[in-house]
Amino acid sequence: MKIVIKNGRVVDPQNGVDETLDILISNGKILSVDKKISVSKEVEVFDATGMIVAPGFIDLHCHLREPGYERKETIESGLLAALYGGFTAVCPMANTNPVNDNAGITNFILETAKKVSKIKVYPVGALSKGQKGEELANYAEMKEAGIWAVSDDGNPVMNSALLRRSLEYAGSLGLTVIDHPEDKNLSEGGSMNEGEVSTRLGLKGIPAEAELIHIRRDTALSNLTNESIHIAHISSKYSVESIRVAKKRKIKATADVTPHHFSLKDELVETFDTNYKMNPPLRTEEDIEKLIEGLNDGTIDCIATDHAPHAYEDKMVEFDRAANGIIGFQTAVPLAIEKLVLKDKISLKRMVDAFSSSPARIIGLKDKGHLSAGASADLTIFSLRKETFLKKEDIKSLSKNSPFLNKKIKGAVMAVVIDGNLFRLREK
Amino acid sequence: MSLGKHLLGIKDLTKEDITLILDTAEKMSEISFRPIKKVPALRGKLVVNLFFEPSTRTRSSFEIAEKRLSAESLNFSSGTSSVLKGETLLDTVLNIERMNPDAYIMRHSSPGSCKLITEYVKGSVINAGDGASEHPTQALLDALTIRQKKGSFEKLKVLICGDIAHSRVVRSNIHLLKKMGADVTLCGPATMIPPYIEKMGVKVETNFEKALSQKDVVMMLRIQLERQEKILFPSLKEYFLTYGLTEKRLKLADKNCIVMHPGPINRGVEMASEVADSKESVILDQVENGVSIRMAVLFLLLQGGENEDSN
Repeated sequence: MKIVIKNGRVVDPQNGVDETLDILISNGKILSVDKKISVSKEVEVFDATGMIVAPGFIDLHCHLREPGYERKETIESGLLAALYGGFTAVCPMANTNPVNDNAGITNFILETAKKVSKIKVYPVGALSKGQKGEELANYAEMKEAGIWAVSDDGNPVMNSALLRRSLEYAGSLGLTVIDHPEDKNLSEGGSMNEGEVSTRLGLKGIPAEAELIHIRRDTALSNLTNESIHIAHISSKYSVESIRVAKKRKIKATADVTPHHFSLKDELVETFDTNYKMNPPLRTEEDIEKLIEGLNDGTIDCIATDHAPHAYEDKMVEFDRAANGIIGFQTAVPLAIEKLVLKDKISLKRMVDAFSSSPARIIGLKDKGHLSAGASADLTIFSLRKETFLKKEDIKSLSKNSPFLNKKIKGAVMAVVIDGNLFRLREK
Repeated sequence: MSLGKHLLGIKDLTKEDITLILDTAEKMSEISFRPIKKVPALRGKLVVNLFFEPSTRTRSSFEIAEKRLSAESLNFSSGTSSVLKGETLLDTVLNIERMNPDAYIMRHSSPGSCKLITEYVKGSVINAGDGASEHPTQALLDALTIRQKKGSFEKLKVLICGDIAHSRVVRSNIHLLKKMGADVTLCGPATMIPPYIEKMGVKVETNFEKALSQKDVVMMLRIQLERQEKILFPSLKEYFLTYGLTEKRLKLADKNCIVMHPGPINRGVEMASEVADSKESVILDQVENGVSIRMAVLFLLLQGGENEDSN
């Protein structure tokens, strides 16, 4: 089956392309990208006039919750939400129950995903057995099953010797280490950014230094071992500066930022709405400014959702007892459009790169993240003009924990192509 | 009157609201000295005292206020309730709500918890302390005591000393004293002073002797023994050495200075016994004013200020 995407503004940062072109797809591959491709009648046509056509978006960081927390999300519901959010590939974290620290769980995730969705899943295995921070998990068997990285994510590695060994051992297997930078002693008991607002509200704060200290350690250990480390969801200006310095010194560090950390500030916690509770916490206006600056100059490589579904009862409690995180698949692209591109903070090209080419490069996917002939036919097609307005029933996740419900966001995902399969997600 | 349906914090009140509450409390104080200490103002109203944290003073003071106004009281504490069986705050409240109460007096360890329940109940919610956030009736009874002793708040130099970071009393007092025109200084070891507190319009002085200079009001906070493991200071003895209010230190303050404490006091920790029992101490006046303030708040919120002469 052949498909042609006609008249879209094709943005392919890796090949330096930004112009109105047609894309011809056949057998799951891109056949050609050209002006006015003429096609016979049996070819399916998608008219992308007025839309942006980009390499498929890849989310480096999400939580699909299965196995173990199926009341929050299943692999099926999570991947459906990812599809509607414009993602063609996602990387689920290992904090399932049981933890994804062995090939059995990795296989279960990949087999289930294959049954329920066309989206490509690149699982992240646990860094330590049971994510307990004590001994290395079985990386080689998980690698064989299909992981590309290891991380203890929400249970940050406090033992620096363990992180060093992990970098060395993962490195020798060609796996990347992802760290959630947080000094748990400094952040203990905190439920929001430490600052003027936490002091006023009487909520215990988490200082930005809890993140900075671990980023400095992580980059130092990356330097020591000469292995690459990916630093997840950075939230403060100090973190941006620290990674900028590390990159200048040619340390193999990469980083991502979530849409909520560049869109929302800690003052919103004054409402005590638990949808503003995350870890790392929302920070200040100035942090947002520096995060966007870092994203613009490439200090921060990509945008990742940290999609974190939580059931109603996990969030409808006192603020300091509420679960951390929000769902993010269906709001990520519109937030990047509204908060970054339409405000001229970063270019469309950089946004597309942060969602596609950069994550593909970090995972090491040669045939994704660009639109060269022969590449995977994975596309994300979106509009800068349409708006996204999500009501509860539009949310494909089982969980509805989002501060963006019933709010208008500029920008909308129109369609995606995965392996040559076209999904029309929205009426024009 | 701009006083709303709930009393969640001093932050939401105007200077006029505060003055109205203090004036009403002043009028109501005589009820406690009648031979029959009761008026029918809130007859037929049901008030639930919902205490998820231990409290003696605040709780008994509210209970007495409810009884003097002839309201029905229902006492509910976490020690005897289904909270121990894992019921959530909202479920507890939704269950009580079906008993149709007119007001909830709630104390809870989480900041914002009182605000959370306002969305689920028909009646008024009065915050009796939510974590380190606010404790509005404490600040109001402190204000009534200060006004009785000092006449007005304008330019009054107030020092609050102790564990500022974990104190709801401090936050409510800062809001109130600033609104009324007083000048507020905070003191304590830096481990107990939260960052950016100056943005609330107060001064910070970690040297206790310097901080005491020329103060009209010195409010000492309780040092919570159970927080000791949080490495805020090495020992109680050392705390008293640096921040304990002694007779000698008190001389550094204005000669007409009054000494306050929200209670319960730790003699020999935050203040010496001689100071607690001195003529400068108004600690027991605060307790007495607590009943009047809580009567006033209940009356104003539940009666909407109508029918003022309840006789």
